[in-house]
Amino acid sequence: MARIDLVDLAHSYGGNDAPQDSFALKPVTMTWRQGGAYALLGPSGCGKTTLLNVISGIITPSRGRILFDGDDITPLSTQKRNIAQVFQFPVIYDTMTVGQNLAFPLKNRGVPRAEIDKRVAEIGRLLDLEPYLNRKATRLTADAKQKISLGRGLVRSDVAAVLFDEPLTVIDPELKWQLRSKLKALHRELDLTMIYVTHDQTEALTFADTVVVMHDGRVVQSGTPAELFDKPAHTFVGYFIGSPGMNILPAEVRGREARIGGHVIALNRSYDSLPAGAKIEIGVRPEFVDAVTPAPGLLTAKIDRIDDLGRIRFARVRVGDAKLAARSPAGFTSSDGTAGLKFDPSHVHVYADSLLVEGAA
Amino acid sequence: MDKTVNQKAWFLVAPVFLVVAFSAVLPLMTVVNYSMQDTFGNNQFFWNGVGWFKELLDPSTDLGGRFLASLGRNLFFSLVILAIEVPLGIVVALSMPRQGWTVAACLVILALPLLIPWNVVGTIWQIFGRPDIGLLGYVLNAIGIDYNYVSNDIDAWVTVIVMDVWHWTSLVALLCYAGLKSIPEAYYQAAQIDGASRWAVFNAIQLPKMNRVLLIAVLLRFMDSFMIYTEPFVVTGGGPGNSTTFVSIELVKIALGQFDLGKAAALSLVYNLIILIVCWIFYTVMTNAGAERKVQAESEPAVDFKASAGLKPVPALKPKEGVA
Repeated sequence: MARIDLVDLAHSYGGNDAPQDSFALKPVTMTWRQGGAYALLGPSGCGKTTLLNVISGIITPSRGRILFDGDDITPLSTQKRNIAQVFQFPVIYDTMTVGQNLAFPLKNRGVPRAEIDKRVAEIGRLLDLEPYLNRKATRLTADAKQKISLGRGLVRSDVAAVLFDEPLTVIDPELKWQLRSKLKALHRELDLTMIYVTHDQTEALTFADTVVVMHDGRVVQSGTPAELFDKPAHTFVGYFIGSPGMNILPAEVRGREARIGGHVIALNRSYDSLPAGAKIEIGVRPEFVDAVTPAPGLLTAKIDRIDDLGRIRFARVRVGDAKLAARSPAGFTSSDGTAGLKFDPSHVHVYADSLLVEGAA
Repeated sequence: MDKTVNQKAWFLVAPVFLVVAFSAVLPLMTVVNYSMQDTFGNNQFFWNGVGWFKELLDPSTDLGGRFLASLGRNLFFSLVILAIEVPLGIVVALSMPRQGWTVAACLVILALPLLIPWNVVGTIWQIFGRPDIGLLGYVLNAIGIDYNYVSNDIDAWVTVIVMDVWHWTSLVALLCYAGLKSIPEAYYQAAQIDGASRWAVFNAIQLPKMNRVLLIAVLLRFMDSFMIYTEPFVVTGGGPGNSTTFVSIELVKIALGQFDLGKAAALSLVYNLIILIVCWIFYTVMTNAGAERKVQAESEPAVDFKASAGLKPVPALKPKEGVA
């Protein structure tokens, strides 16, 4: 059990001298607190697995340090770190019984026999593996295998963190939900730090209390699901979290006004000192834009189509070249294929070079 | 559906019958025929019934004594080379690099001995071991070890065994390497996470995954070494005395040296039978090992965690819980 600090940590598969742009993991400094349930979210190839493998020690980072409770463990091998990791594809030692599989990490570390039996029985009970403990670990279903893998990750009571590398990829959707709920329950019960890598936002948002979003080798935001939704720190977060994603529009911003084409949108805060020469965009979630009957003072948009999701309808519209999604109130129909867009000023964010700018009140 | 009757098919099958008859059945029958008779040259044959076979299995006779002694030597030889080549092959495979240009280099070097014809291998070692002009023999004698495979039984045995190890360990190593290469990287990473020592990794991952190729390696090496002829014949000629005379060498001596066709025929039939039986035992053991696993798995219903264990199938609505 420990707090994990990453200090200026970076990794390049091409070595430390490779250009910074090619780093699989760009320098990151952050803290994982003891007992947290974290999700590491991002598209394939964004560096999630690299970060995970660096923490577990499978990869030695090109630069930076990893601290467990303040102790630098960067040079330590995986075996010497107190880390458990569960991989995407379940690994089973099939000459052993299920119970021996669970006992393997403890046996390797010379834990006394009685203690091993106790832990194996407990984890077996938590994962509902009890009836199978004495059976050879062959010919198992994919979810059974992954449960044993999970069990081997959870069986050590002294681990600083348990890392999950997309562990439910090979599991059927229905079982996925059950296993994920199980994991959440285990997290509550065992008080372990868990880091869960996934590219599925639903999986991340339901599992974690802190979601860390990665993009192109960089940690772009770390926060609660609500924070990610309400205040994306990066246009990528806005786009990646939420369905449909955030609307991003190039705009000119001066003071409390954003200008799109000739149209003015009011802002809640004042943006006076935007970096010069930066690409300025405004971002607003479709939930906070209403597509209504065109009227003076509203931004006019062309309607492509309206998606009816049951509880809510989203109009897919176009302003110039930019495509947007907007909430379409019940009963709204357009006679000429155009709509007026009404923005909720408190939820319009301003981005300079894709990064959120905090305005002045 | 009626079967199509087409007698022309016989034209396709007949050549096979003919080839098999002339290449296998007739020679075999000739051998069987010889094994029942005695000859004193001049193409004169005398009926002897099962006399040769009786003699063959009776250690008190000359024929039986020679046969059983050479059979014992042959079995001992096979056991020794298996005991050396299998562990050594595993060690070599384990220490081979996994990637990079060195892999290709290692493979080529390992494959070299396998590509050398048997009698050339024999000649190489025959010269290599000679105390007067051979590098090995000369050096050994120079440093004070009295080594001479022509006059000393033990030296002859050591030479023949080392030669076989040199020639065939590569085969075991290559088979094991293929088995090792099929292990996904994730297994090693998981073992690292689980804190497994080198020995635990070998025991829990590598050895089980090499199981099948090892069985094949043992089978191949046993059959080959049990039928060995050329290499020891070239090096020691079966000597000194009869100390490295294996069954095949004995057979050739009787058939071509003494021209005792009857005895040789009986011996070769028994020799053949032994090889067939050993083959059959290996085959049965291997297929049984596979079948046992299958039966075991079927008798205990496939472990179905989702239905039987705590994760009971839940109503379809359940997954919606927890959607943000």
